[in-house]
Amino acid sequence: MKIAVCVKQVPDSWAEKKMSGGLLDRAGVDAVLNDLDEYAVEEALRLVEKHSPTGEAGEGSGHTVTIISMGPDRATEAIRKALSMGADDAILISDPALAGSDALATSLVLSKIIVREKFDLVLCGTESTDARMSVVPAMLAERLNLAQLTFAGSLEVDVATSKISVARTTDAGIENMEATLPAVVSVIEKINEPRYPSFKGIMASKKKSIATPSLSDLGVNPQSVGIGSAWSTVNDAKERAARAAGIKVVDEGNGGKVFADFLAEKRMI
Amino acid sequence: MSQVFILVDHTHGKVAHPVGELATFARRIGDVSALVLGGDLAVLTTQLSDLGISEIISISGINFDKYSAGASAQAIAQLVTDRSPAALLITSTARGKEIAARVAVRTNSGIITDAIDIDAALVATQSIFGGSTTVHSKVGHGTPIITLRSNSVEIESSATTPTLTEVKVVESDFDASRLGDKVVSVTEAISGGRPELTEASIIVSGGRGTNGDFAPVEALADVLGAAVGASRAATDAGWYPHSHQVGQTGKTVSPSLYVACGISGAIQHRAGMQTSKVIVAINKDPDAPIFDLADLGIVGDLFAVLPQATAEIQLKKA
Ligand SMILES: Cc1cc2nc3c(=O)[nH]c(=O)nc-3n(C[C@H](O)[C@H](O)[C@H](O)COP(=O)(O)OP(=O)(O)OC[C@H]3O[C@@H](n4cnc5c(N)ncnc54)[C@H](O)[C@@H]3O)c2cc1C
Ligand SMILES: Nc1ncnc2c1ncn2[C@@H]1O[C@H](COP(=O)(O)O)[C@@H](O)[C@H]1O
Repeated sequence: MKIAVCVKQVPDSWAEKKMSGGLLDRAGVDAVLNDLDEYAVEEALRLVEKHSPTGEAGEGSGHTVTIISMGPDRATEAIRKALSMGADDAILISDPALAGSDALATSLVLSKIIVREKFDLVLCGTESTDARMSVVPAMLAERLNLAQLTFAGSLEVDVATSKISVARTTDAGIENMEATLPAVVSVIEKINEPRYPSFKGIMASKKKSIATPSLSDLGVNPQSVGIGSAWSTVNDAKERAARAAGIKVVDEGNGGKVFADFLAEKRMI
Repeated sequence: MSQVFILVDHTHGKVAHPVGELATFARRIGDVSALVLGGDLAVLTTQLSDLGISEIISISGINFDKYSAGASAQAIAQLVTDRSPAALLITSTARGKEIAARVAVRTNSGIITDAIDIDAALVATQSIFGGSTTVHSKVGHGTPIITLRSNSVEIESSATTPTLTEVKVVESDFDASRLGDKVVSVTEAISGGRPELTEASIIVSGGRGTNGDFAPVEALADVLGAAVGASRAATDAGWYPHSHQVGQTGKTVSPSLYVACGISGAIQHRAGMQTSKVIVAINKDPDAPIFDLADLGIVGDLFAVLPQATAEIQLKKA
């Protein structure tokens, strides 16, 4: 199996985020691997370990895990983390023309890589913690004409028959879905517990290759991506006044009554 | 007047409440055509008669719920291409956003997700970074495809007799891959007769502080007519189904009242509830971060505060 895991570098979720020129100001904040993508990396490694004759990922397993990411050069830091967890290699598409790309452009670029490398399985997180759109996996399935199995809480692949089955959590409950590879899958955070990179893994990751194809290698017209071509534009962004400080009371036997009075005063009951 | 598409979300013969919000927004822009994919048309149509809808477009022939968003997106994209509406509005559920995403790709259109408002000129308002920033944006390419969060607008009703357009599809109309991702079985979540989390105007949520006993949370929810939510600590422990999880990897909710009981207020939980209009927190720990958000914070034991509040509210209501 050739597995791709799409990962994004995002500002640390604890960092205060601000807008600048209609875009998220990324310069001033720490950047990390989108934590929801760690579950996708972990799931890819588990799949390989499960189906590998040696029980291990890496060479000899007969399967590969490639990290793919679109982002600025410093996204290599996030990629290294995924490589130190145990992925084999990586592809980073980084071009100044991509700055300010929307989800449509992101999915276009990622889809070109996926077609070129002929992956059997594309794993994603459920959302990037900065954009919070949850649309890239569906867009990839649409562009690639592949089965879409999103919000997977468990995942099973039958390598011999190329059948994939997932249990997904939806509003309706638990939905069991099936498809034949190749497919695009996004995984929820309940699917596994991502491993911490070991010292050995960190050392090994330094030697792993990160390919950096150009947009022209991928046949993407630079004019069709980036902020200039984004199909939705931000007119303005205003910071809202912080929430006014509320009332805080210590329950001295009448906390429930205070609560009920508060609701009555707000005409909520 | 121009024509605006709204997608009618429905399950088990019931039109989802936010569809009324979509219709209310759409009427600001033009004549509303409601897209109904599958379902019992007669049953659904009666529920759409007071939303100011001009036309119902029914697409039937295959069971769209059996497949991923791909099949629905292909059918909708075809209609968008044929009719070039002024906009397509969809509710911001996980599936709604996926359908929107795929229609956008298929019709070369721009997309805006999680909007909380939209005006006649199609300028959408989004509240980002946990409500700290308000953004106005506009789609400048193709058919604007906009997903809207529920609980964003008061539904304005208006009785109409919509015209009916029926579109019949067959499996061979669809790209093969789209019918390749099949739902083989479903274990339905039990709603317990309470309102749906994302549609509720009041939510009472429980966290690790409940220690697995959601009875006081549910009792308060029931007297308030509220939905029940949970933190990830509570869903991970199996105390409440995942479909009730509020937060980054659960639902994003924006009710008029959110009551957090025994929830510390981790950033991932706040990501799903901090745009709620009024927030009340009950927590034993005076330093719990949830108090930074709360309009009313009660430092106390939820097992004492909730039953007393429930009884008091019952009294006030009587
Ligand atoms: C990738 C990722 C995604 C996540 N997504 C989500 C998400 O979508 N939603 C989510 O909620 N979390 C999410 N989390 C988890 C989040 O970080 C917290 O761990 C979680 O929200 C904690 O839940 P809690 O507040 O119930 O538990 P705790 O943090 O343990 O807090 C329990 C609180 O209950 C109080 N308490 C205890 N007993 C009582 C009592 N008798 N009466 C009153 N108060 C009491 C305590 O003082 C404490 O403040 C995510 C984490 C990760 C890493
Ligand atoms: N720039 C990117 N590079 C690689 N993968 C991405 C990128 N943006 C989004 N993804 C993937 O798509 C998922 C959903 O992201 P989003 O639609 O932005 O919320 C993420 O969890 C990633 O797996």
